[in-house]
Amino acid sequence: MSKPLHDPLSRSIDESSRIEVKNTTCYMCACRCGIRVTIRDGDVRYIEGNPEHPLNKGVICAKGASGIMKQYSPARLTQPLMRKAGSDRGAGAFEVVSWEKAFGILEERLANIRHTDPKQFALFTGRDQMQALTGLFAKQFGTPNYAAHGGFCSVNMAAGMIYTIGGSFWEFGGPDLQRSKLFVMIGTAEDHHSNPMKIELSKFKRNGGKFIAINPVRSGYAAIADEWVPIKPGTDGALLMALINEIIKQGLYDRDFLVKYSNSAELVNMDEASSEHGMFVRHEVPKEEGCFDPQNKLWWDRELNKPVIMHSEDSDPYLLGEFKLDDNTPVKTAFQLLVDRVKDYTPEWAAKITGIPADTIKRLAYEMGITARDEKIELPIAWTDTWGKEHDRITGNPVAFHAMRGLAAHSNGFQTIRSLSILMSILGTIDRPGGFRHKAPFPRPIPPCAKTPTGPEAVQPDTPLDGMPLGWPADPDDLFVDDNGEPVRIDKAFSWEYPLAVHGLMHNVITNAWRGDPYKIDTLLIFMANMAWNSSMNTEQVRHMLNDKDDNGEYKIPFIAVCDAFESEMVSFADLILPDTTYLERHDVMSMLDRPISEFDGPVDSVRIPVVPPTGECKPFQDVLIELGSRLKLPAFVNTDGNRKFRDYPDFVVNYETAPGSGIGFLAGWRGKGGEKFMKGEPNPKQWEMYEKNNCVFHYELPRSYQYMRNWNQGYLEWAKRHSLTRYAEPINIHIYSEVLQKFRLAAQGKSDGKQPPEHLRSRIDEHFDPLPFFSEPLETLSTDLRKYPLNAITQRPMAMYHSWDSQNAWLRQIHTHNYLHVNPKTARAANIEDGGWIWVESMHGKVRCMCRYSEAVEPGTVWTWNAIGKASGTWGLSQNANESNKGFLLNHLISEELPARSDGAKFSNSDPITGQAGWYDVRVRIYPVAAGEPEETYPQFTATAPMPNAKRKPSHWLKYFAGGRKS
Amino acid sequence: MKQLALVIDLNVCVGCHACVTSCKEWNTSGSAGFMSDYNPYEKDPTGTFFNRVQTFEVGEFPNTQTVHFPKSCLHCEDPPCVPVCPTGASYKRPEDGIVLVDYDKCIGCKYCSWACPYGARELDESQKVMKKCTLCVDRIYDEALPESERKPACVLACPTSARLFGDVNDPESSVSVNIRENGGYQLMPEWGTKPANHYLPRRQTSITIHKDELTRVDNPLKKERQLPMPGKDEQTLDDITSW
Repeated sequence: MSKPLHDPLSRSIDESSRIEVKNTTCYMCACRCGIRVTIRDGDVRYIEGNPEHPLNKGVICAKGASGIMKQYSPARLTQPLMRKAGSDRGAGAFEVVSWEKAFGILEERLANIRHTDPKQFALFTGRDQMQALTGLFAKQFGTPNYAAHGGFCSVNMAAGMIYTIGGSFWEFGGPDLQRSKLFVMIGTAEDHHSNPMKIELSKFKRNGGKFIAINPVRSGYAAIADEWVPIKPGTDGALLMALINEIIKQGLYDRDFLVKYSNSAELVNMDEASSEHGMFVRHEVPKEEGCFDPQNKLWWDRELNKPVIMHSEDSDPYLLGEFKLDDNTPVKTAFQLLVDRVKDYTPEWAAKITGIPADTIKRLAYEMGITARDEKIELPIAWTDTWGKEHDRITGNPVAFHAMRGLAAHSNGFQTIRSLSILMSILGTIDRPGGFRHKAPFPRPIPPCAKTPTGPEAVQPDTPLDGMPLGWPADPDDLFVDDNGEPVRIDKAFSWEYPLAVHGLMHNVITNAWRGDPYKIDTLLIFMANMAWNSSMNTEQVRHMLNDKDDNGEYKIPFIAVCDAFESEMVSFADLILPDTTYLERHDVMSMLDRPISEFDGPVDSVRIPVVPPTGECKPFQDVLIELGSRLKLPAFVNTDGNRKFRDYPDFVVNYETAPGSGIGFLAGWRGKGGEKFMKGEPNPKQWEMYEKNNCVFHYELPRSYQYMRNWNQGYLEWAKRHSLTRYAEPINIHIYSEVLQKFRLAAQGKSDGKQPPEHLRSRIDEHFDPLPFFSEPLETLSTDLRKYPLNAITQRPMAMYHSWDSQNAWLRQIHTHNYLHVNPKTARAANIEDGGWIWVESMHGKVRCMCRYSEAVEPGTVWTWNAIGKASGTWGLSQNANESNKGFLLNHLISEELPARSDGAKFSNSDPITGQAGWYDVRVRIYPVAAGEPEETYPQFTATAPMPNAKRKPSHWLKYFAGGRKS
Repeated sequence: MKQLALVIDLNVCVGCHACVTSCKEWNTSGSAGFMSDYNPYEKDPTGTFFNRVQTFEVGEFPNTQTVHFPKSCLHCEDPPCVPVCPTGASYKRPEDGIVLVDYDKCIGCKYCSWACPYGARELDESQKVMKKCTLCVDRIYDEALPESERKPACVLACPTSARLFGDVNDPESSVSVNIRENGGYQLMPEWGTKPANHYLPRRQTSITIHKDELTRVDNPLKKERQLPMPGKDEQTLDDITSW
């Protein structure tokens, strides 16, 4: 008989084992927490949060703590595979090929495309944390057809806020919960920025702050809210406009902040006959034009009762009013226009739309306004503004907001998010303590400077793209269209259909390429995106398009290559599969050139360092791109003699500079020959080692006086300029009124000289490019028979599977093995549906069969389910009868990637007409019980995908994981 | 007498399951491991967990609360699972009050799981022995770990720090202070098991608005030309009568 197993004095299990502990960065979601990985005898024994990491401070989430099961998943792809000749895409019949052959195929194909018509190659990436590299590859290749997944994720959140305040949530900025007193979370269940949000939310609650959650569903963070305000999906804009109305009506706005730091007091030309109608009146043309707002607009001075140049010494302008200039031009302040706009958006009006009682809306407005006004924070921090005025303190109004896809994923999301940004601004909470805080490299100018090319001539054989594949249009002339105003990109981003599609429209790439509208492409390379399943709308049809052939028997999309680490649904539709490594097997950078992990107090970037060797023949996608770039002799990847410049990705990260001698590279820390510089400096051959020694993270804490008011903080902006974060140290005033949008509207009205929209798009642009936010129902709603399909249907993400990209995970799938449709009991009973019963959910696009779960935590007009728990049979290393495919379901089958054709036959993406953001949450459905005798199985079902050749052997029934093997 | 325990703050628990899987990953390869999984990639997967989160709804719409309730062995001061064990495999450690199972003695008879009113014990179906939370006894005394990390894996993982760990019999410990000051309670005290683990209830913050807060003298609207004025060229009484 041995000693009791749990006697802590007994010999430690680890004593006779080879133990290594290494730091790296998690990639189980997009949060990028620091992790410490313990390896025992070569096996991953334990993954914990790194206590010394600034982002997660030692904590970890359910997914992060299940990384072991990801690493050893039987769904791992381990060898390059080619679809067997004669087999259908999606069937899963593959044969193993060598990397040399895989590279050879790609090299030949891509070289030919590049030599003839580079746009025939499209590279789209999913949960990409390497856009600096993938974007560079696309540009160097010369194709405009590149984007990551932002278009179907949350581009409205980025664009709506960046076009208003020069920053946004998540990587770009966030709520300062350490000092906030009132926190309002809208349209967020579990979302970015996940662990930091949980850490701060808990501290906030313990500090006695009030947490309000506005959401159709009480799940996720909303569970611990002090107040849950159920709202109907897609109506957030109505609520926000009513809040703005009530706050202004009661005089609860921060007048001083709006006057100094926004364009509220600036005078707008109201002469409808003028080509300058709706534009700010300018005093003179600035000496230097660039990517910044010249300070040459006018205020109406209260004392002098006449126009003065904005920010004139000691001027106190009217915030409200209409005036006449000397030349009789009628003008109004931007804020007056906002007041005029929200006048009819009363709480009573919003109550009918949102389902929130008018009294509640008023109370919310008062709580926000009074907390902002009366709980002011003063920090004894001196700073100087960009107009040279010195301040002896930083003040803040402690009301903070956070929002994400619940606002963004509607076709009215951009204007909704503009209204949120305006609400945050009138409360005076931008980059101030207790409110919203930026994270470097934000704030950016409005809009940011990066631009795409402006015409098809930018795409030339054997030549890099003349501009960035993605950018931030500032006016119609920045659009990427041909002489007829037609799109240059396959996804039609930056065309008149979706002018501000700053993250592209990945959700329309397959449909457009299949249809040949605007043109056909030859090769589609997808990295880590599940376009044959949960990342596509209209999934069933998209799967058909991927496999569809023309009259000659040729695939409509001739060649599809997919790089992924797992057997996703998409992988089986590939002609060529490139097996990626997991995050524990690779080098990565969380770069300032992409989405760094900065904190409020300064820039932070970080790295991944391999903690275990690659599995099988897996190769990191970055190495694949560097290999291809070298073989194709793309200029950035070869020396002038045409020879390969970089050995591999780690070598590239150290030595690549954005321009010869620029000193700017992928990593900001430990630059310079000996690692003595940061942000900018010569390549440092020991940079990786220095990151490794420092918890894989570089964190520069700004001086306190540079940490707030950064849109207007001279010290900060000059620091940012000195370190090449920005070109201009000019103020970034908040765009309460968006002249950028007005420029598009003027073009649509035929009042401006530059690029003009095609006739059939004029009214669409005129309507949606309103310089002030307005509320309209989502486009899908407007084209739905609401008597037939009365219910909203939405998805949320479960915390244990956020992102929901891991159903093969043996531990996590025990938490969520299948999903239900959650329905308010009143709604369910009215439809004769029982708790746990099988039902049909039907939209005008399709129907799914699934199980119903009663829930009192959802407003009666909404039904919802967890996203992406359902899987196609035979994928993700799961057996064909796994619950994920038999009981799990995907709501995507009910959602179309296109709106019903307009009366003139025009087809539009089911997206925001401004940004191209996918309108996931706009779908309307009805529910009814299944007929007697119907199978108790979800619908639709798909023919099971065959197992991959040499698939990792699954443990037979029992998994008894014990790292390094149990020693007796 | 020392009694180690967890105090779980339902006021901040968002139900993220970090405690569930961090427990599993630590313990499956630790002295209490392995923790087997049945049908890990097939239909109806199930496995051994020492800690699970139950989620339930309270109240009717719109007055609904969504409660996430993590539950593991409560390390009772008077644990009913111990005396019923026919082999002495279940025992409570006198030095710190942790209730453990000696797998070498356990015969998998399940008496303990029937005796436990909390359903905290799970039979590992592959080994046929009873397994349960050990409060990470192989971590908390491990001098190879920095002192700040000598805590159960679930406590270290919890993103909202909803899980507090300490000696509930030491009145000065942070767990005792929290129980005292934040309404800490035990599950089903009427069973007389004296569970060592406690829960802290939801606490609600509200804002009171006084009417006069809406009518301040420094209301910024007063600075604006709020009242409509006729234009200079429009008639007034001055133009039409001389009295």
